[in-house]
Amino acid sequence: MQEILDFLQSLDWSPLVISIKTGIVATILSFFFGIFAARAVMKLRPGARAVIDGFLTLPMILPPTVAGFFLLLIFSLRRPFGAALYENFGIKAVQTWLGCILAATIIAFPLMYRNTRAAFEQVDTNLIYAARTLGMSEWKIFWKVVIPSAGPGVLSGTVLAFARALGEYGATSMLAGNIPGKTGTVSQKIAMVIQDGDYKTAGFWSVVVLLVGFLTMTAMNLLGNRRKKNQKQW
Amino acid sequence: MALEVDITKKLDGFFMHMQFRAEQEIFAILGASGCGKSMTLKCIAGIEKPDEGRIVLDGKVLFDSEKKINLPPQKRKVGYMFQDYALFPHMNVVQNIEAGMGKRPDRSRTESLIRQFQLEGLEKKIPGQLSGGQKQRVAMARMLAAEPELILLDEPFSALDTYLKWQLEQEMYKHLKEAGKPVIFVSHNRDEVYRLCDTVSCMNRGKMEVMEPLKEFFQNPKTRTAAILSGCKNISAAERVDAHTLRAVDWGVTLHVKEREIADDIRAVGIRAHFLATVERPGEENVFPVNESEIWEDPFEWNISFRKNAECSWLQWKIAKTDWSPEMGIPKELYLKEEDILLLTDS
Repeated sequence: MQEILDFLQSLDWSPLVISIKTGIVATILSFFFGIFAARAVMKLRPGARAVIDGFLTLPMILPPTVAGFFLLLIFSLRRPFGAALYENFGIKAVQTWLGCILAATIIAFPLMYRNTRAAFEQVDTNLIYAARTLGMSEWKIFWKVVIPSAGPGVLSGTVLAFARALGEYGATSMLAGNIPGKTGTVSQKIAMVIQDGDYKTAGFWSVVVLLVGFLTMTAMNLLGNRRKKNQKQW
Repeated sequence: MALEVDITKKLDGFFMHMQFRAEQEIFAILGASGCGKSMTLKCIAGIEKPDEGRIVLDGKVLFDSEKKINLPPQKRKVGYMFQDYALFPHMNVVQNIEAGMGKRPDRSRTESLIRQFQLEGLEKKIPGQLSGGQKQRVAMARMLAAEPELILLDEPFSALDTYLKWQLEQEMYKHLKEAGKPVIFVSHNRDEVYRLCDTVSCMNRGKMEVMEPLKEFFQNPKTRTAAILSGCKNISAAERVDAHTLRAVDWGVTLHVKEREIADDIRAVGIRAHFLATVERPGEENVFPVNESEIWEDPFEWNISFRKNAECSWLQWKIAKTDWSPEMGIPKELYLKEEDILLLTDS
Protein backbone atom coordinates (compact mmCIF):
# COMPACT_ATOMS: atom_id res chain seq x y z
CA MET A 1 0.00 0.00 0.00
CA GLN A 2 2.73 2.38 1.08
CA GLU A 3 4.58 1.44 -2.05
CA ILE A 4 1.65 2.49 -4.24
CA LEU A 5 1.24 5.79 -2.41
CA ASP A 6 4.95 6.51 -2.78
CA PHE A 7 4.71 5.69 -6.48
CA LEU A 8 1.75 8.00 -7.01
CA GLN A 9 3.42 10.78 -5.00
CA SER A 10 6.65 10.57 -6.91
CA LEU A 11 4.78 10.45 -10.22
CA ASP A 12 4.99 13.33 -12.67
CA TRP A 13 1.34 14.04 -13.62
CA SER A 14 2.23 16.49 -16.38
CA PRO A 15 1.71 13.95 -19.26
CA LEU A 16 -1.96 13.55 -18.33
CA VAL A 17 -2.48 17.31 -18.11
CA ILE A 18 -0.73 17.89 -21.44
CA SER A 19 -2.64 15.07 -23.18
CA ILE A 20 -6.05 16.20 -21.96
CA LYS A 21 -5.35 19.87 -22.73
CA THR A 22 -4.14 18.91 -26.19
CA GLY A 23 -7.11 16.61 -26.70
CA ILE A 24 -9.63 19.28 -25.76
CA VAL A 25 -8.09 22.06 -27.85
CA ALA A 26 -7.61 19.74 -30.85
CA THR A 27 -11.21 18.55 -30.55
CA ILE A 28 -12.59 22.09 -30.46
CA LEU A 29 -10.50 23.03 -33.51
CA SER A 30 -11.48 19.85 -35.39
CA PHE A 31 -15.12 20.43 -34.45
CA PHE A 32 -15.33 23.83 -36.14
CA PHE A 33 -12.96 23.11 -39.02
CA GLY A 34 -14.62 19.74 -39.58
CA ILE A 35 -18.11 21.24 -39.77
CA PHE A 36 -16.91 24.06 -41.98
CA ALA A 37 -15.07 21.68 -44.32
CA ALA A 38 -18.02 19.26 -44.45
CA ARG A 39 -20.35 22.06 -45.54
CA ALA A 40 -17.87 23.51 -48.01
CA VAL A 41 -17.15 20.15 -49.64
CA MET A 42 -20.87 19.39 -50.03
CA LYS A 43 -21.28 22.52 -52.14
CA LEU A 44 -18.53 21.51 -54.61
CA ARG A 45 -19.08 19.91 -57.99
CA PRO A 46 -18.58 16.11 -57.95
CA GLY A 47 -15.13 16.16 -59.56
CA ALA A 48 -13.69 18.81 -57.29
CA ARG A 49 -15.42 17.15 -54.36
CA ALA A 50 -13.61 13.86 -54.95
CA VAL A 51 -10.22 15.56 -55.08
CA ILE A 52 -10.72 17.83 -52.06
CA ASP A 53 -12.27 15.03 -50.04
CA GLY A 54 -9.29 12.81 -50.81
CA PHE A 55 -6.91 15.52 -49.68
CA LEU A 56 -8.80 16.23 -46.44
CA THR A 57 -8.98 12.54 -45.58
CA LEU A 58 -5.26 11.94 -46.17
CA PRO A 59 -4.19 12.37 -42.52
CA MET A 60 -6.47 9.47 -41.60
CA ILE A 61 -5.01 7.17 -44.22
CA LEU A 62 -1.34 8.08 -43.94
CA PRO A 63 0.77 6.59 -41.18
CA PRO A 64 0.91 9.35 -38.52
CA THR A 65 4.72 9.46 -38.82
CA VAL A 66 4.35 10.38 -42.48
CA ALA A 67 1.90 13.13 -41.59
CA GLY A 68 4.36 14.24 -38.90
CA PHE A 69 7.18 14.27 -41.43
CA PHE A 70 5.25 16.58 -43.75
CA LEU A 71 4.30 18.83 -40.86
CA LEU A 72 7.96 19.01 -39.90
CA LEU A 73 8.87 19.90 -43.49
CA ILE A 74 6.37 22.75 -43.39
CA PHE A 75 6.98 24.14 -39.92
CA SER A 76 10.72 23.54 -39.47
CA LEU A 77 12.49 26.80 -38.63
CA ARG A 78 15.08 25.92 -41.25
CA ARG A 79 12.48 25.98 -44.02
CA PRO A 80 10.90 29.09 -45.61
CA PHE A 81 7.33 28.82 -44.25
CA GLY A 82 8.30 27.87 -40.70
CA ALA A 83 11.01 30.54 -40.63
CA ALA A 84 8.69 33.24 -41.94
CA LEU A 85 6.05 32.30 -39.40
CA TYR A 86 8.59 32.61 -36.59
CA GLU A 87 10.19 35.82 -37.76
CA ASN A 88 6.98 37.69 -38.53
CA PHE A 89 4.62 36.39 -35.86
CA GLY A 90 6.83 34.63 -33.34
CA ILE A 91 4.92 31.41 -33.97
CA LYS A 92 6.90 28.23 -33.48
CA ALA A 93 5.37 24.77 -33.89
CA VAL A 94 8.45 22.56 -33.68
CA GLN A 95 9.21 21.35 -30.16
CA THR A 96 6.32 23.33 -28.63
CA TRP A 97 2.85 22.67 -27.23
CA LEU A 98 1.49 24.38 -30.34
CA GLY A 99 3.11 21.52 -32.25
CA CYS A 100 1.20 19.02 -30.09
CA ILE A 101 -2.08 20.77 -30.90
CA LEU A 102 -1.27 21.05 -34.57
CA ALA A 103 -0.34 17.38 -34.92
CA ALA A 104 -3.34 16.14 -32.90
CA THR A 105 -5.76 18.43 -34.79
CA ILE A 106 -4.52 17.37 -38.21
CA ILE A 107 -4.77 13.68 -37.32
CA ALA A 108 -8.18 13.99 -35.61
CA PHE A 109 -9.75 16.34 -38.17
CA PRO A 110 -10.70 13.74 -40.85
CA LEU A 111 -12.76 11.77 -38.33
CA MET A 112 -14.78 14.85 -37.49
CA TYR A 113 -15.05 15.96 -41.10
CA ARG A 114 -16.14 12.62 -42.51
CA ASN A 115 -18.68 11.81 -39.82
CA THR A 116 -20.15 15.28 -40.03
CA ARG A 117 -20.42 15.21 -43.79
CA ALA A 118 -22.13 11.84 -43.76
CA ALA A 119 -24.57 13.19 -41.18
CA PHE A 120 -25.21 16.41 -43.16
CA GLU A 121 -25.96 14.45 -46.29
CA GLN A 122 -28.68 12.56 -44.41
CA VAL A 123 -30.49 15.71 -43.25
CA ASP A 124 -33.99 15.93 -44.75
CA THR A 125 -33.74 18.73 -47.31
CA ASN A 126 -37.41 19.60 -46.79
CA LEU A 127 -36.54 20.75 -43.27
CA ILE A 128 -34.06 23.21 -44.69
CA TYR A 129 -36.48 24.37 -47.40
CA ALA A 130 -39.24 24.78 -44.82
CA ALA A 131 -36.92 26.79 -42.60
CA ARG A 132 -36.08 29.08 -45.53
CA THR A 133 -39.71 29.73 -46.39
CA LEU A 134 -40.28 30.58 -42.72
CA GLY A 135 -37.72 33.35 -43.10
CA MET A 136 -35.01 31.82 -40.89
CA SER A 137 -31.51 33.08 -41.74
CA GLU A 138 -29.05 30.59 -43.22
CA TRP A 139 -26.92 30.93 -40.09
CA LYS A 140 -29.85 30.13 -37.81
CA ILE A 141 -30.93 27.25 -40.05
CA PHE A 142 -27.46 25.78 -39.85
CA TRP A 143 -27.15 25.87 -36.06
CA LYS A 144 -30.80 25.34 -35.13
CA VAL A 145 -31.95 22.88 -37.80
CA VAL A 146 -29.03 21.20 -39.53
CA ILE A 147 -26.72 20.61 -36.58
CA PRO A 148 -29.42 19.16 -34.28
CA SER A 149 -30.78 16.96 -37.09
CA ALA A 150 -27.29 15.73 -37.82
CA GLY A 151 -26.69 15.52 -34.04
CA PRO A 152 -25.74 11.85 -33.61
CA GLY A 153 -23.27 11.96 -36.51
CA VAL A 154 -21.70 15.20 -35.33
CA LEU A 155 -21.48 13.83 -31.80
CA SER A 156 -19.81 10.59 -32.84
CA GLY A 157 -17.39 12.56 -35.00
CA THR A 158 -16.51 14.73 -32.01
CA VAL A 159 -16.00 11.75 -29.71
CA LEU A 160 -13.84 9.91 -32.20
CA ALA A 161 -11.82 13.06 -32.85
CA PHE A 162 -11.28 13.52 -29.11
CA ALA A 163 -10.22 9.90 -28.62
CA ARG A 164 -7.85 10.10 -31.55
CA ALA A 165 -6.37 13.43 -30.44
CA LEU A 166 -5.89 12.15 -26.90
CA GLY A 167 -3.84 9.16 -28.00
CA GLU A 168 -1.90 10.79 -30.84
CA TYR A 169 1.69 9.61 -30.94
CA GLY A 170 3.37 9.44 -34.34
CA ALA A 171 2.87 12.93 -35.73
CA THR A 172 3.25 14.53 -32.31
CA SER A 173 6.62 12.89 -31.68
CA MET A 174 7.87 14.07 -35.06
CA LEU A 175 6.69 17.67 -34.76
CA ALA A 176 6.50 18.52 -31.08
CA GLY A 177 8.94 16.00 -29.69
CA ASN A 178 8.83 14.68 -26.16
CA ILE A 179 9.88 17.46 -23.83
CA PRO A 180 8.75 16.56 -20.29
CA GLY A 181 6.32 19.11 -18.87
CA LYS A 182 5.97 20.83 -22.25
CA THR A 183 5.17 18.45 -25.07
CA GLY A 184 5.43 15.12 -23.26
CA THR A 185 2.03 13.48 -23.77
CA VAL A 186 0.90 10.24 -22.15
CA SER A 187 1.50 8.16 -25.28
CA GLN A 188 5.02 9.53 -25.59
CA LYS A 189 5.66 8.96 -21.91
CA ILE A 190 4.67 5.29 -22.26
CA ALA A 191 6.96 4.80 -25.23
CA MET A 192 9.83 6.47 -23.37
CA VAL A 193 9.58 4.52 -20.12
CA ILE A 194 9.20 1.23 -21.98
CA GLN A 195 12.60 1.87 -23.53
CA ASP A 196 14.01 2.13 -20.01
CA GLY A 197 12.27 -1.11 -19.03
CA ASP A 198 10.01 0.74 -16.55
CA TYR A 199 6.95 -1.46 -16.97
CA LYS A 200 5.35 -0.16 -13.78
CA THR A 201 5.05 3.43 -15.03
CA ALA A 202 4.09 2.27 -18.54
CA GLY A 203 1.39 0.04 -17.11
CA PHE A 204 0.03 2.80 -14.89
CA TRP A 205 -0.29 5.27 -17.77
CA SER A 206 -1.78 2.59 -20.02
CA VAL A 207 -4.50 1.95 -17.47
CA VAL A 208 -5.15 5.70 -17.18
CA VAL A 209 -5.52 6.02 -20.96
CA LEU A 210 -7.76 2.97 -21.03
CA LEU A 211 -10.02 4.39 -18.32
CA VAL A 212 -10.27 7.84 -19.84
CA GLY A 213 -11.10 6.36 -23.26
CA PHE A 214 -13.62 3.89 -21.90
CA LEU A 215 -15.36 6.45 -19.67
CA THR A 216 -15.60 8.99 -22.49
CA MET A 217 -17.15 6.50 -24.88
CA THR A 218 -19.59 5.19 -22.28
CA ALA A 219 -20.64 8.69 -21.26
CA MET A 220 -21.20 9.67 -24.87
CA ASN A 221 -23.19 6.51 -25.56
CA LEU A 222 -25.43 7.19 -22.58
CA LEU A 223 -25.89 10.77 -23.70
CA GLY A 224 -26.72 9.62 -27.21
CA ASN A 225 -29.18 7.01 -25.95
CA ARG A 226 -31.46 9.61 -24.44
CA ARG A 227 -32.42 10.84 -27.90
CA LYS A 228 -32.89 7.38 -29.32
CA LYS A 229 -35.41 6.05 -26.84
CA ASN A 230 -37.64 4.78 -29.59
CA GLN A 231 -34.91 3.11 -31.61
CA LYS A 232 -36.00 -0.31 -32.82
CA GLN A 233 -33.76 -3.33 -32.33
CA TRP A 234 -32.97 -5.79 -35.03
CA MET B 1 -53.71 40.58 -53.95
CA ALA B 2 -52.63 38.62 -57.00
CA LEU B 3 -49.93 36.22 -58.06
CA GLU B 4 -48.68 36.19 -61.63
CA VAL B 5 -46.58 33.28 -62.79
CA ASP B 6 -44.97 32.74 -66.18
CA ILE B 7 -42.04 30.35 -65.92
CA THR B 8 -40.29 27.58 -67.77
CA LYS B 9 -38.00 24.92 -66.41
CA LYS B 10 -36.51 21.79 -67.88
CA LEU B 11 -37.55 18.75 -65.89
CA ASP B 12 -36.79 15.09 -66.25
CA GLY B 13 -37.94 14.27 -69.79
CA PHE B 14 -40.12 17.31 -70.47
CA PHE B 15 -40.37 21.09 -70.26
CA MET B 16 -42.49 22.69 -67.60
CA HIS B 17 -44.23 25.83 -68.77
CA MET B 18 -46.59 27.41 -66.28
CA GLN B 19 -48.50 30.57 -66.96
CA PHE B 20 -51.31 31.70 -64.72
CA ARG B 21 -52.71 34.42 -62.50
CA ALA B 22 -54.21 33.61 -59.10
CA GLU B 23 -56.34 36.09 -57.19
CA GLN B 24 -57.40 36.05 -53.57
CA GLU B 25 -59.06 32.66 -53.44
CA ILE B 26 -58.27 29.01 -53.11
CA PHE B 27 -56.80 27.90 -56.37
CA ALA B 28 -56.14 24.21 -57.05
CA ILE B 29 -53.65 22.63 -59.39
CA LEU B 30 -54.78 19.12 -60.10
CA GLY B 31 -52.38 16.73 -61.75
CA ALA B 32 -50.95 13.22 -61.76
CA SER B 33 -47.77 12.68 -59.78
CA GLY B 34 -44.63 13.81 -61.56
CA CYS B 35 -46.41 16.35 -63.81
CA GLY B 36 -44.49 19.26 -62.29
CA LYS B 37 -47.08 20.65 -59.89
CA SER B 38 -44.88 20.48 -56.79
CA MET B 39 -42.03 21.94 -58.81
CA THR B 40 -44.26 24.91 -59.67
CA LEU B 41 -44.87 25.56 -55.97
CA LYS B 42 -41.16 25.19 -55.20
CA CYS B 43 -40.34 27.78 -57.87
CA ILE B 44 -42.88 30.22 -56.41
CA ALA B 45 -41.47 29.71 -52.91
CA GLY B 46 -37.91 30.17 -54.15
CA ILE B 47 -36.75 26.70 -53.19
CA GLU B 48 -36.10 25.86 -56.84
CA LYS B 49 -35.05 28.24 -59.58
CA PRO B 50 -36.93 28.35 -62.89
CA ASP B 51 -34.81 28.47 -66.04
CA GLU B 52 -36.65 31.50 -67.35
CA GLY B 53 -39.62 33.69 -66.65
CA ARG B 54 -41.20 35.94 -64.09
CA ILE B 55 -43.03 35.56 -60.79
CA VAL B 56 -44.77 38.60 -59.32
CA LEU B 57 -46.70 38.68 -56.07
CA ASP B 58 -48.74 41.81 -55.43
CA GLY B 59 -46.51 43.89 -57.65
CA LYS B 60 -43.41 42.61 -55.86
CA VAL B 61 -41.07 40.83 -58.29
CA LEU B 62 -39.98 37.53 -56.73
CA PHE B 63 -38.22 36.24 -59.80
CA ASP B 64 -37.34 37.75 -63.15
CA SER B 65 -34.77 35.99 -65.31
CA GLU B 66 -34.34 38.99 -67.61
CA LYS B 67 -33.70 41.46 -64.82
CA LYS B 68 -31.69 38.85 -62.92
CA ILE B 69 -33.95 39.06 -59.89
CA ASN B 70 -34.22 35.97 -57.71
CA LEU B 71 -35.32 36.77 -54.17
CA PRO B 72 -34.25 34.20 -51.58
CA PRO B 73 -37.15 32.27 -49.99
CA GLN B 74 -36.60 34.22 -46.77
CA LYS B 75 -37.59 37.49 -48.47
CA ARG B 76 -40.60 36.17 -50.42
CA LYS B 77 -43.13 35.92 -47.61
CA VAL B 78 -44.54 32.78 -49.16
CA GLY B 79 -45.70 30.04 -46.80
CA TYR B 80 -45.13 26.48 -47.94
CA MET B 81 -46.73 23.44 -46.39
CA PHE B 82 -44.93 20.24 -47.28
CA GLN B 83 -46.53 16.89 -47.93
CA ASP B 84 -44.76 15.45 -44.86
CA TYR B 85 -45.14 18.79 -42.99
CA ALA B 86 -41.33 19.07 -42.48
CA LEU B 87 -41.68 19.90 -38.79
CA PHE B 88 -38.35 20.28 -37.02
CA PRO B 89 -38.09 16.91 -35.27
CA HIS B 90 -35.99 18.08 -32.30
CA MET B 91 -38.12 21.13 -31.49
CA ASN B 92 -41.34 21.01 -29.50
CA VAL B 93 -44.62 22.45 -30.74
CA VAL B 94 -43.97 25.94 -29.36
CA GLN B 95 -40.41 26.05 -30.73
CA ASN B 96 -41.65 24.89 -34.12
CA ILE B 97 -44.30 27.60 -34.22
CA GLU B 98 -41.84 30.27 -33.09
CA ALA B 99 -39.10 29.18 -35.51
CA GLY B 100 -40.30 31.67 -38.12
CA MET B 101 -41.08 34.53 -35.75
CA GLY B 102 -37.65 36.15 -35.69
CA LYS B 103 -35.33 36.77 -32.76
CA ARG B 104 -37.93 37.78 -30.18
CA PRO B 105 -41.07 35.71 -30.70
CA ASP B 106 -44.27 37.30 -29.47
CA ARG B 107 -45.52 34.93 -26.78
CA SER B 108 -49.10 36.14 -26.94
CA ARG B 109 -49.21 35.46 -30.67
CA THR B 110 -47.88 31.95 -30.14
CA GLU B 111 -50.54 31.37 -27.52
CA SER B 112 -53.33 32.60 -29.74
CA LEU B 113 -52.13 30.34 -32.57
CA ILE B 114 -52.02 27.41 -30.15
CA ARG B 115 -55.61 28.14 -29.18
CA GLN B 116 -56.72 28.68 -32.76
CA PHE B 117 -55.28 25.35 -33.87
CA GLN B 118 -56.39 23.45 -30.76
CA LEU B 119 -52.89 22.55 -29.68
CA GLU B 120 -53.42 23.23 -25.97
CA GLY B 121 -51.63 20.65 -23.84
CA LEU B 122 -49.31 19.66 -26.66
CA GLU B 123 -46.94 22.64 -26.28
CA LYS B 124 -44.00 20.58 -25.02
CA LYS B 125 -44.46 17.58 -27.33
CA ILE B 126 -42.06 16.97 -30.19
CA PRO B 127 -43.40 16.06 -33.66
CA GLY B 128 -42.61 12.36 -33.16
CA GLN B 129 -45.20 12.28 -30.37
CA LEU B 130 -48.01 13.84 -32.44
CA SER B 131 -50.68 12.28 -34.65
CA GLY B 132 -50.89 13.08 -38.35
CA GLY B 133 -53.73 15.57 -37.83
CA GLN B 134 -51.91 17.30 -34.98
CA LYS B 135 -48.76 17.56 -37.08
CA GLN B 136 -50.78 19.17 -39.84
CA ARG B 137 -52.19 21.73 -37.42
CA VAL B 138 -48.71 22.55 -36.08
CA ALA B 139 -47.46 22.96 -39.65
CA MET B 140 -50.36 25.35 -40.40
CA ALA B 141 -49.73 27.33 -37.21
CA ARG B 142 -46.00 27.50 -37.91
CA MET B 143 -46.62 28.68 -41.46
CA LEU B 144 -49.09 31.39 -40.40
CA ALA B 145 -46.79 32.52 -37.57
CA ALA B 146 -44.31 33.67 -40.22
CA GLU B 147 -47.08 35.91 -41.68
CA PRO B 148 -46.98 34.83 -45.32
CA GLU B 149 -48.63 36.86 -48.09
CA LEU B 150 -49.37 33.69 -50.06
CA ILE B 151 -49.97 30.14 -48.91
CA LEU B 152 -48.80 27.10 -50.86
CA LEU B 153 -50.14 23.67 -49.91
CA ASP B 154 -48.35 20.68 -51.39
CA GLU B 155 -50.59 17.59 -51.09
CA PRO B 156 -51.38 18.40 -47.45
CA PHE B 157 -53.70 15.43 -46.91
CA SER B 158 -51.78 12.65 -48.58
CA ALA B 159 -50.02 11.64 -45.35
CA LEU B 160 -53.30 11.16 -43.48
CA ASP B 161 -55.68 8.25 -42.99
CA THR B 162 -58.87 8.58 -44.98
CA TYR B 163 -61.03 8.00 -41.93
CA LEU B 164 -60.76 11.48 -40.41
CA LYS B 165 -59.62 13.26 -43.52
CA TRP B 166 -62.90 15.05 -44.21
CA GLN B 167 -62.81 16.61 -40.74
CA LEU B 168 -59.28 17.85 -41.32
CA GLU B 169 -60.32 19.19 -44.69
CA GLN B 170 -63.12 21.16 -43.06
CA GLU B 171 -60.75 22.53 -40.42
CA MET B 172 -58.23 23.47 -43.05
CA TYR B 173 -60.93 25.21 -45.08
CA LYS B 174 -61.97 27.22 -42.05
CA HIS B 175 -58.39 28.23 -41.24
CA LEU B 176 -57.63 29.20 -44.82
CA LYS B 177 -60.74 31.38 -44.97
CA GLU B 178 -59.77 33.00 -41.67
CA ALA B 179 -56.24 33.66 -42.87
CA GLY B 180 -57.66 35.51 -45.87
CA LYS B 181 -54.58 35.00 -48.03
CA PRO B 182 -54.48 33.63 -51.56
CA VAL B 183 -53.88 29.89 -51.50
CA ILE B 184 -52.47 27.56 -54.11
CA PHE B 185 -53.36 24.00 -53.41
CA VAL B 186 -51.66 21.17 -55.24
CA SER B 187 -53.23 17.74 -55.26
CA HIS B 188 -53.88 14.62 -57.29
CA ASN B 189 -57.10 13.96 -55.38
CA ARG B 190 -60.22 15.41 -57.02
CA ASP B 191 -62.40 14.97 -53.91
CA GLU B 192 -60.11 17.17 -51.81
CA VAL B 193 -60.01 19.74 -54.56
CA TYR B 194 -63.79 19.69 -54.96
CA ARG B 195 -64.34 20.30 -51.26
CA LEU B 196 -61.68 22.98 -50.72
CA CYS B 197 -61.21 25.11 -53.79
CA ASP B 198 -62.83 27.88 -55.81
CA THR B 199 -60.85 27.64 -59.02
CA VAL B 200 -59.26 24.58 -60.57
CA SER B 201 -56.63 24.05 -63.18
CA CYS B 202 -55.20 20.82 -64.42
CA MET B 203 -51.66 20.02 -65.36
CA ASN B 204 -50.22 17.45 -67.69
CA ARG B 205 -46.51 16.93 -68.34
CA GLY B 206 -45.49 20.40 -67.24
CA LYS B 207 -48.31 22.33 -68.92
CA MET B 208 -51.38 23.90 -67.47
CA GLU B 209 -54.33 22.97 -69.66
CA VAL B 210 -57.41 24.68 -68.31
CA MET B 211 -58.21 27.05 -65.48
CA GLU B 212 -61.85 27.29 -64.54
CA PRO B 213 -64.31 27.81 -61.72
CA LEU B 214 -64.67 24.63 -59.71
CA LYS B 215 -68.17 23.58 -60.78
CA GLU B 216 -67.47 24.18 -64.44
CA PHE B 217 -64.29 22.15 -64.27
CA PHE B 218 -66.05 19.11 -62.88
CA GLN B 219 -69.31 19.38 -64.83
CA ASN B 220 -67.82 20.16 -68.14
CA PRO B 221 -64.15 19.19 -68.51
CA LYS B 222 -62.68 20.44 -71.76
CA THR B 223 -59.55 18.36 -72.25
CA ARG B 224 -58.66 14.70 -72.00
CA THR B 225 -56.46 15.35 -68.95
CA ALA B 226 -59.15 17.44 -67.27
CA ALA B 227 -61.68 14.65 -67.85
CA ILE B 228 -59.39 12.01 -66.36
CA LEU B 229 -58.50 14.18 -63.37
CA SER B 230 -62.12 15.09 -62.75
CA GLY B 231 -62.81 11.38 -62.39
CA CYS B 232 -64.10 10.39 -65.82
CA LYS B 233 -63.56 6.64 -66.19
CA ASN B 234 -64.31 6.16 -69.87
CA ILE B 235 -62.39 8.02 -72.55
CA SER B 236 -62.12 7.10 -76.20
CA ALA B 237 -60.42 8.65 -79.18
CA ALA B 238 -63.01 10.33 -81.40
CA GLU B 239 -63.39 10.99 -85.11
CA ARG B 240 -65.64 13.85 -86.10
CA VAL B 241 -68.15 12.77 -88.77
CA ASP B 242 -70.10 16.02 -89.03
CA ALA B 243 -71.09 18.92 -86.79
CA HIS B 244 -73.43 16.70 -84.77
CA THR B 245 -72.02 13.22 -85.14
CA LEU B 246 -68.79 11.55 -84.07
CA ARG B 247 -67.35 8.07 -83.84
CA ALA B 248 -65.94 6.82 -80.57
CA VAL B 249 -63.21 4.76 -82.18
CA ASP B 250 -62.16 2.70 -79.15
CA TRP B 251 -65.70 1.63 -78.35
CA GLY B 252 -67.02 1.06 -81.88
CA VAL B 253 -70.00 3.37 -81.31
CA THR B 254 -71.39 6.38 -83.15
CA LEU B 255 -72.61 9.23 -80.96
CA HIS B 256 -75.00 12.05 -81.78
CA VAL B 257 -75.20 15.47 -80.22
CA LYS B 258 -78.05 17.51 -81.62
CA GLU B 259 -77.91 20.41 -79.18
CA ARG B 260 -74.22 21.20 -79.61
CA GLU B 261 -71.83 21.66 -82.48
CA ILE B 262 -68.75 19.46 -82.49
CA ALA B 263 -65.72 21.69 -82.92
CA ASP B 264 -62.90 20.75 -85.29
CA ASP B 265 -60.39 20.23 -82.51
CA ILE B 266 -62.39 17.60 -80.65
CA ARG B 267 -60.18 14.52 -80.47
CA ALA B 268 -61.74 12.47 -77.69
CA VAL B 269 -65.00 11.71 -76.00
CA GLY B 270 -65.62 10.97 -72.32
CA ILE B 271 -68.41 9.25 -70.40
CA ARG B 272 -68.77 9.19 -66.65
CA ALA B 273 -69.32 5.67 -65.35
CA HIS B 274 -72.35 6.75 -63.29
CA PHE B 275 -74.18 8.39 -66.16
CA LEU B 276 -74.87 5.24 -68.16
CA ALA B 277 -78.44 4.04 -67.65
CA THR B 278 -80.51 0.90 -68.17
CA VAL B 279 -83.77 2.72 -68.79
CA GLU B 280 -85.02 1.74 -72.21
CA ARG B 281 -86.49 4.30 -74.50
CA PRO B 282 -87.41 3.04 -77.96
CA GLY B 283 -85.61 4.58 -80.88
CA GLU B 284 -82.98 6.04 -78.59
CA GLU B 285 -79.66 7.15 -80.01
CA ASN B 286 -76.33 6.86 -78.19
CA VAL B 287 -76.69 3.21 -77.31
CA PHE B 288 -73.86 1.05 -76.04
CA PRO B 289 -74.16 -2.66 -76.80
CA VAL B 290 -73.17 -4.87 -73.85
CA ASN B 291 -72.00 -8.05 -75.53
CA GLU B 292 -69.20 -8.98 -73.14
CA SER B 293 -69.24 -8.06 -69.47
CA GLU B 294 -67.61 -8.62 -66.10
CA ILE B 295 -68.92 -7.63 -62.70
CA TRP B 296 -66.89 -6.30 -59.77
CA GLU B 297 -68.36 -5.58 -56.39
CA ASP B 298 -67.58 -2.46 -54.32
CA PRO B 299 -68.94 -1.86 -50.83
CA PHE B 300 -71.83 0.30 -52.02
CA GLU B 301 -71.97 -0.08 -55.76
CA TRP B 302 -71.57 -2.49 -58.62
CA ASN B 303 -68.90 -2.00 -61.29
CA ILE B 304 -69.65 -3.55 -64.63
CA SER B 305 -66.98 -3.60 -67.31
CA PHE B 306 -68.39 -4.15 -70.76
CA ARG B 307 -67.53 -3.91 -74.43
CA LYS B 308 -69.03 -4.40 -77.83
CA ASN B 309 -66.58 -7.04 -79.01
CA ALA B 310 -62.99 -8.18 -78.70
CA GLU B 311 -61.74 -5.38 -80.96
CA CYS B 312 -63.17 -2.67 -78.70
CA SER B 313 -61.96 -1.26 -75.38
CA TRP B 314 -63.75 -1.89 -72.12
CA LEU B 315 -66.11 0.69 -70.68
CA GLN B 316 -67.03 0.99 -67.05
CA TRP B 317 -70.54 1.34 -65.68
CA LYS B 318 -71.12 2.08 -61.99
CA ILE B 319 -74.47 1.75 -60.31
CA ALA B 320 -75.57 1.94 -56.68
CA LYS B 321 -76.59 -1.33 -55.06
CA THR B 322 -79.92 0.24 -54.16
CA ASP B 323 -80.72 0.79 -57.85
CA TRP B 324 -79.63 -2.45 -59.45
CA SER B 325 -78.44 -5.94 -58.62
CA PRO B 326 -76.96 -8.73 -60.76
CA GLU B 327 -80.13 -10.81 -60.22
CA MET B 328 -81.92 -8.34 -62.47
CA GLY B 329 -79.66 -9.54 -65.25
CA ILE B 330 -77.07 -7.58 -67.15
CA PRO B 331 -78.81 -5.33 -69.68
CA LYS B 332 -78.15 -5.92 -73.37
CA GLU B 333 -77.67 -2.22 -73.94
CA LEU B 334 -76.85 0.88 -71.94
CA TYR B 335 -77.98 4.39 -72.77
CA LEU B 336 -76.48 7.79 -72.35
CA LYS B 337 -78.18 11.16 -72.37
CA GLU B 338 -76.86 13.42 -75.06
CA GLU B 339 -75.85 16.17 -72.61
CA ASP B 340 -73.71 13.71 -70.66
CA ILE B 341 -71.31 13.18 -73.55
CA LEU B 342 -68.06 15.02 -72.81
CA LEU B 343 -66.40 16.43 -75.91
CA LEU B 344 -62.68 16.71 -75.31
CA THR B 345 -59.66 18.28 -76.94
CA ASP B 346 -56.18 16.84 -76.61
CA SER B 347 -54.73 19.72 -74.62
